[in-house]
Amino acid sequence: MKHLKPINIKAQKIGQSVDSLEEDVVALQQQPRPHVPMGCTLSFSPGWEVDAGGGTAGLCQPVERDIYDCYVTCFWPVQVPDHVNYSPDWASNCAAATKDWRNLDLVFP
Amino acid sequence: MTTMLAHRYRRGELHQFRAADNEFIYLVSAGAIFALDEGTRSVLDLLGEDEMDHDDLIAALIVVGNDPADADSLVRELRMVRAIHFDQVVPAPAPAAPPADYPLQALVLNVTNQCNLACTYCYEFGADKIATPQGKPKYMTLETARASVDFLLESSGNREAVHITFFGGETLMNFKLLREVVGYANNQAAAVGRRITFSLTTNATLLTDEIIDFLSDNAIGVTVSMDGPPELQDKRRVYKNGKGSYAVIEPRLRALIARHRTRAITARVTLTDGVTDVIRIYRHLKDDLGFHEVGFAPVTASDTQDYSLDDDAMAGVLGDFHALAEEWLDYALRGEMHGFTNVSETIGELIQGTNKSHPCGAGLGLLGVSPSGDLSPCHRFTDADTHTLGNLATGLDSAKREDFLTRGHVGAKYECQSCWARPLCAGGCHHEAFVRYGETGHANLHYCDWIRDWTDTCLKIYGAVAARNPGFLEHFAQRKGLS
Repeated sequence: MKHLKPINIKAQKIGQSVDSLEEDVVALQQQPRPHVPMGCTLSFSPGWEVDAGGGTAGLCQPVERDIYDCYVTCFWPVQVPDHVNYSPDWASNCAAATKDWRNLDLVFP
Repeated sequence: MTTMLAHRYRRGELHQFRAADNEFIYLVSAGAIFALDEGTRSVLDLLGEDEMDHDDLIAALIVVGNDPADADSLVRELRMVRAIHFDQVVPAPAPAAPPADYPLQALVLNVTNQCNLACTYCYEFGADKIATPQGKPKYMTLETARASVDFLLESSGNREAVHITFFGGETLMNFKLLREVVGYANNQAAAVGRRITFSLTTNATLLTDEIIDFLSDNAIGVTVSMDGPPELQDKRRVYKNGKGSYAVIEPRLRALIARHRTRAITARVTLTDGVTDVIRIYRHLKDDLGFHEVGFAPVTASDTQDYSLDDDAMAGVLGDFHALAEEWLDYALRGEMHGFTNVSETIGELIQGTNKSHPCGAGLGLLGVSPSGDLSPCHRFTDADTHTLGNLATGLDSAKREDFLTRGHVGAKYECQSCWARPLCAGGCHHEAFVRYGETGHANLHYCDWIRDWTDTCLKIYGAVAARNPGFLEHFAQRKGLS
């Protein structure tokens, strides 16, 4: 953490937990950046998409964003929690999908 | 089409305070303390009591001079530690109840319910007593004491160390038993590769050099119940004929403090009507008599007793507490220990970030044992039939214990849910609640403002020491006997 300084043991534990989440997401963002193919997804829309190279790094939006989008905005009935009836709070811990997608948990009906 | 959810941020449950020119937050859902920097402080200032849209918040942060990327990370960091929330966030749950087989850590052995003094405010014999000792043994037998030791060792899981406190009545009226049980307990503990430590509470009237040497040789911690200099001590700590006890205990206290070299000797003062001059009492006990630590607590009473403290008296006590607290801070910044227990205890909890499910260990890691072998949540419920949690002979009554703990859980106390001081207070003493409201699970509402003020004071001390002499806090990291 850059801005908050933990000054007791509980705060240090929280800080470590937050930092471990931060370190956890660098795989596709580290320098030097991996080769990123140009272009958007080929044709699989909506659904689980790949980019022109068959990977997920070159999507116009991160793949995590896509998973999340199935939840609120997509008309396609895929296997994500139902935000209308049963899981209205599913995404409430996910403010920015690119950073917080790990907060999206499984749903057990 | 993509629609972003529009997040509206608001302050989380926190208590913000300022100390030594720094700004801090105490996170209520965790008991964590963080120092703020300029940026995090502006986020919290901007949110104030209102909610703000994410974009408005970021824009406002940029206006007050933050880099756009930094503004986002400020918000994110505060959100990650739950210092701010956005819509639909489920509030943090109350601390989980400890497991049903929570291992015992300490027993309080009521070695006798008899006393040679007749302090007028005594919770065991006074007007608000709940004990029903009629027809029960007055002195604990060696057999019961040994059974207590065995029970403690068996019920303490794999704890490395356990603790026995000897209590009364007047504990030293059964010193013979105490001496024998210490030897027995040491042997039994050693046989299973565990450590056992001891302490006792006494009115000091029966101390002799021989007893003091025994206590010192066995590293038995001593707490003396006393109320201050002669005229304050003798006001209510009297013999049955009304004679004060100060003259009797003074030479014994001096001998105790001089000869007992293995443990800190502490005084525990009960504040009552007319006995509220905390500073004077502290000076006498600390400086004149030489106690290492002095702690204060207001008397437990239904509010109709003539010795009760009224609101004005409690306000006066708080004023004196503040003065001693400032002194404590001065000492701490110089790296010196001050003897005001009420601050030291709270600092010991703040450094850990304690977030209590229950106000104390009663019924959890700690139980009381009466002379008859009855088990109770703590020494204050000894011999009270309505609060018995079983007997050494038949074991702990887990249904009664669960009932007691369920009612005493902080999550069961409605008024506590909106209070920022609940991680440390958790509603206050079960016994005080019973005497005052007739229900052990009732929050101690008569102390709420007082507790919040005092917790705020201790947080400010903590913040100041953390800013200016942080290494000093390490002295308190192990204070709460986490064995």
